Amino acid sequence: MALLEVRDLRVVFQRRGTEPFTAVDGVSFDVDPGQTVGLVGESGCGKSVTSLAIMGLLPSRGNKVSGQVRFEGTDLLTLSDKDMRDRRGRDLGMVFQDPLSSLNPVIPIGLQVTEVLERHRGMSRKAAMVEAADLLGRVGIPDPQRRLSEYPHQLSGGMRQRALIAIALACRPRLLIADEPTTALDVTIQAQILALLKELVRDTGTALIMITHDLGVVAGLCDEVNVLYGGRVVEKAARYPLFADPRHPYTHGLLASIPRLDGARGEKLVPIKGSVADNIPWDHGCAFAPRCPNALPVCREVTPELEAGDVRSLRCHNPVLPGTPAAQEVPA
Amino acid sequence: MLRFIVRRLLQAIPTLLILSLLVFVWLRSLPGGPSGALLGDKATPEKIEALNKVLGLDQPIYIQYFKFLGRILSGDFGSSLISGEPVVAEIGRALPATIELSLAALLFAVVLGIPLGYLAASHRGRFLDNSTVIGTLVGVAVPVFFLGILLKQLFAQDLALFPPSGRQDVTIDPTHVTNFAVLDGLLTQEWDAAADALWHLVLPAVALGTIPLAVIVRITRASVLDVLNEDFVRTANAKGLQAQLIRRRHVLRNAMLPVSTTIGLQTGLLLGGAVLTERVFVWGGLGSLLAQGIERRDYPRLQALLLLAAVVYVLVNLLVDISYAIIDPRVRAS
Repeated sequence: MALLEVRDLRVVFQRRGTEPFTAVDGVSFDVDPGQTVGLVGESGCGKSVTSLAIMGLLPSRGNKVSGQVRFEGTDLLTLSDKDMRDRRGRDLGMVFQDPLSSLNPVIPIGLQVTEVLERHRGMSRKAAMVEAADLLGRVGIPDPQRRLSEYPHQLSGGMRQRALIAIALACRPRLLIADEPTTALDVTIQAQILALLKELVRDTGTALIMITHDLGVVAGLCDEVNVLYGGRVVEKAARYPLFADPRHPYTHGLLASIPRLDGARGEKLVPIKGSVADNIPWDHGCAFAPRCPNALPVCREVTPELEAGDVRSLRCHNPVLPGTPAAQEVPA
Repeated sequence: MLRFIVRRLLQAIPTLLILSLLVFVWLRSLPGGPSGALLGDKATPEKIEALNKVLGLDQPIYIQYFKFLGRILSGDFGSSLISGEPVVAEIGRALPATIELSLAALLFAVVLGIPLGYLAASHRGRFLDNSTVIGTLVGVAVPVFFLGILLKQLFAQDLALFPPSGRQDVTIDPTHVTNFAVLDGLLTQEWDAAADALWHLVLPAVALGTIPLAVIVRITRASVLDVLNEDFVRTANAKGLQAQLIRRRHVLRNAMLPVSTTIGLQTGLLLGGAVLTERVFVWGGLGSLLAQGIERRDYPRLQALLLLAAVVYVLVNLLVDISYAIIDPRVRAS
């Protein structure tokens, strides 16, 4: 049994007076203990909403979540608010995108670490402070003892994200969800944070769901990758086959739009035309069809299913041929 | 912190100087003057001129101002033209009543306003929230004196639950220590006096405190709603903290920043409302001094009262700044 089994997860946002909006539309994936799974896609593809739904952190009103999120066999979606609070921070940890706004500006770092230890590990404030200094040291924050009494604004961006990682891992959760943890950071700091995450995941055996729009992050970290578009998984494969041989035109386009060091001089980047549509995209044919260079008439009429193969699952009527180089083929 | 306070107090000096000038000029630009008011029906232009000379009002206004400034720097605010008593003594006698009323009103507004605002925010869009929002709308719209008269009619006259006027029952003979009626009762252990003073406070405090209450509720509600959407609240939830702890530690403290500003502003405005409330409930604080002073153009008394209001305003603002520094470490740093 996998550690986490997400089955047919669906999140519909509905406000009075507006059309319901399906942000996540039947997403399924597994995460094994110690495994790192990537959820990749551009803004609005439903990756963050998926993670918030797993954590039970979606707003209490205005949305409908269905499907199953089985964690060690228990469907988290059926748990009461109280039971879910017992699990969050203990079994499941989460690191967010913007480390400055994710820390409380008026509370010292120390308390923000210790409160989770006091909550789930029943530690006294004093013991928790000792543990907190240890945790901050372990995520690479120099002089952790002094940092305990400092406030978020006194730390650098990278430090803050390290502190948030320390908080998320304080109770040794079996699953860590990182939602774009490096997006708000400088490039050099990004690399450090990714290296840290990789190391911590390896050392603690924590499973990791990595949510990102950055394929570079995926390439360096993930064992398995789910590419999301319009709230659905369009391609799912292990890291190597996905990068070596992307089959979905969307995945292919994502890879083609990354600058490469080994590309020819003067080679142009190939963007994916258009942007994610806001309306319900999967009702009439493929949601990616309007932007897809490979689109056939059938793509606009028949909604493609996610078909599982040996190395990958693919949702496409007319996939990119195996071995097509990413950067040359798609017309600009 | 001490340096911060001292700096702010020094900054207040030019503010008060400018205010003193404005007050001085403004009072003298009002039609009529103390001489005419003092002489009443017997006033003739000659008599007024003669009295003006006695009072020093015939001199150029800038000379009057510098003389006034010189005197107040040595603590002499002059004597009231109505009672002949030094205005400092007059005000000192009436001040405790006004402070007591203002504090009671403020206490009523804050103690009720913050929880109510929080409650409304956490029930956003539901009945409790909607009725609170409508209630506060009515609250800010009702004039103080009208509410005072209404409360008096209903609770003092019709239902006879509270005394209609005054600070203490005439049958009680309290020992005066500080002239704060409730405090005196407690200090001297005259419990019946304290209780009676408290009883007299209820209606005026509610009348005076209703507008600040409504404003505080609205600001607290808006501020809590803002904070509830903050990322760090989501982080706190991701930690699995108990809802109550999140509320106390993460939401309330951050939400208090705009609320403390509001409390400060409302405290400054209380003085104006206090004058009207004191009139309705025959309270005998600064309100009657001020009203009488304006009618009779009692320059010395009015100057002192208005400057006092300015000082209170400055001090309240200082308190707000200090509370900011206590709540928010980022303010402390800068």
